[in-house]
Amino acid sequence: MITTSDLTKTYDKTVVVDNVSVSLPDAGVTSVIGANGAGKSTLLSMISRILDADAGSVAVDGLDVFNAPSREIAKRLSILRQETHMTARITVREVVEFGRYPHSRGRLTEECVQKVDEAIAYCDLGEFEQRGIHELSGGQRQRAFIAMVLAQDTRYVLLDEPLNNLDMPHATGVMKLLRRLADDHGKSIVLVLHDINYASVYSDRIVAMKDGVITADGAPESVMNADTLERIYDMRFSVIDLDGDKIAAYFR
Amino acid sequence: MKSSSNIAAVAPWVAAALVLVLGVGSLFLGVADVSLHDVLTDPEARSVFLISRVPRTVALFLAGAAMAVAGLIMQHLARNRFVSPTTAGTIDAAALGLLTATLLFAGASVMSKILIAMLFALAGSLLFIVLIQRIQFKDLILVPLVGLLLGGVFRAIAEFFAYRNNLTQTLDVWLNGDFSGVIQGRYETLYFAGVVALVAYVFANWFTVAGMGRDFATNVGVNYKVVMGAGLTIAALATAVVVVTVGAIPFLGLIVPNIVTLMLGDNMRRVLPTTALAGAALVIACDMLGRWIIFPYEIAVGTIVGVIGSAIFLVLVLRRNRYAQA
Repeated sequence: MITTSDLTKTYDKTVVVDNVSVSLPDAGVTSVIGANGAGKSTLLSMISRILDADAGSVAVDGLDVFNAPSREIAKRLSILRQETHMTARITVREVVEFGRYPHSRGRLTEECVQKVDEAIAYCDLGEFEQRGIHELSGGQRQRAFIAMVLAQDTRYVLLDEPLNNLDMPHATGVMKLLRRLADDHGKSIVLVLHDINYASVYSDRIVAMKDGVITADGAPESVMNADTLERIYDMRFSVIDLDGDKIAAYFR
Repeated sequence: MKSSSNIAAVAPWVAAALVLVLGVGSLFLGVADVSLHDVLTDPEARSVFLISRVPRTVALFLAGAAMAVAGLIMQHLARNRFVSPTTAGTIDAAALGLLTATLLFAGASVMSKILIAMLFALAGSLLFIVLIQRIQFKDLILVPLVGLLLGGVFRAIAEFFAYRNNLTQTLDVWLNGDFSGVIQGRYETLYFAGVVALVAYVFANWFTVAGMGRDFATNVGVNYKVVMGAGLTIAALATAVVVVTVGAIPFLGLIVPNIVTLMLGDNMRRVLPTTALAGAALVIACDMLGRWIIFPYEIAVGTIVGVIGSAIFLVLVLRRNRYAQA
């Protein structure tokens, strides 16, 4: 379980994450939703120790992420963020192999090679294995990075807006892949999403943030209703039931 | 892409063969006519060979390899292909440090001069990194321009004090590498640069990870700040050793890593040996060119590499749209 207590981050007097105490489960898909600036990415960055907290603490399976050895955290939790300057010319396989770094420090064991092979096959990247990541399309590259965190083999996989810049087939492909990861491998996937309908269809739990605090938290059925969504986003919603999925419309 | 992994497997051997051929050429090129037969039979030729030719060639090899590796590390850490000891102010800072050591501690040993030059080079590189981290608009060209400006400031300060102390000619010598003075007993500090390059190879994976970005490095449990500090120290030490011992070789650390990574990709463990060997080969070739053009006189290798290197740099800059995105 990941537990945050009184986690706070302030930028120039603006409180971005305000005393958040939340527990994230050790299995299933959890989506974090909310408007721009609600503090979703900042929360995820602090949980994954990429960003220091101004106050509060985060524990991953009892380990304090800010003080435990970074390598120990890296064996339990992985984080995938959108990097803006992704210009390194390295191959897909090399990227995936870096996922084994916390375990082997660059000297791949037999187990490592096996995990890397599995991850590449699982993400359907066999034919791109020796290609440079800079040569891939956005969807393929996203899959390569997911394969990397898969090879990292952590219980918790955190993703910050993994659907950014992906078209519909690729976005759905990535969501299906993440769902399978949770179901087949028993991992806990925590992701920041802007598309609330993906959150609704693929999550076990939705955590909604507004102005740095959690305003709604529960199963998709309990969050995906017009009242709650209007409270989160300050705009009009209508929610319809489509073959058992709650789908929100917000276009007018 | 099968072919590219073949290139990767062959490249270090090709570069090594090149170094070997050029190295042998360098051993037998000079004012005194020395052939292999003379070395074996004539004691005078043998002493020219052992005291001058061998040290010169070894020094060229070490300096070239070290500067190329320093550049490779710096472009990874700054995440910009045009960052190198030349374009980050590192060389000028090292020269300023050497001047400071010369002025303040007149009788300082070579080792303490290297140490002081290294500290200045490290401080200069750190200042550069802090500066570029504050720039919001991280343009491929703007970043090295900031470094060139910063280097210009260091150089201006150095020139001011050099002028007041009648050391401008000395400063010019430091800033323009020349191997004509290399004889036995006056180049051995360069072995430090060689050791530094080997250390860089041991930690190559770190630098590749850091080159993928701070978040990426943190995710796999690598302490980004430690890698940054270690990498800049390695680059500063290599630069300081070369500047103090033979003088700066401009643009080498810029063009060699660029050309090698263009062919082999950015995995440092894979490209570092080829980069080091190619750097050595280029410096040996340029030095031989300098010895040959106005024979029996010499043109300093720093000048030759500077001319060729700045021309290649221009080509890379002009082609950047096609090249740097990749």
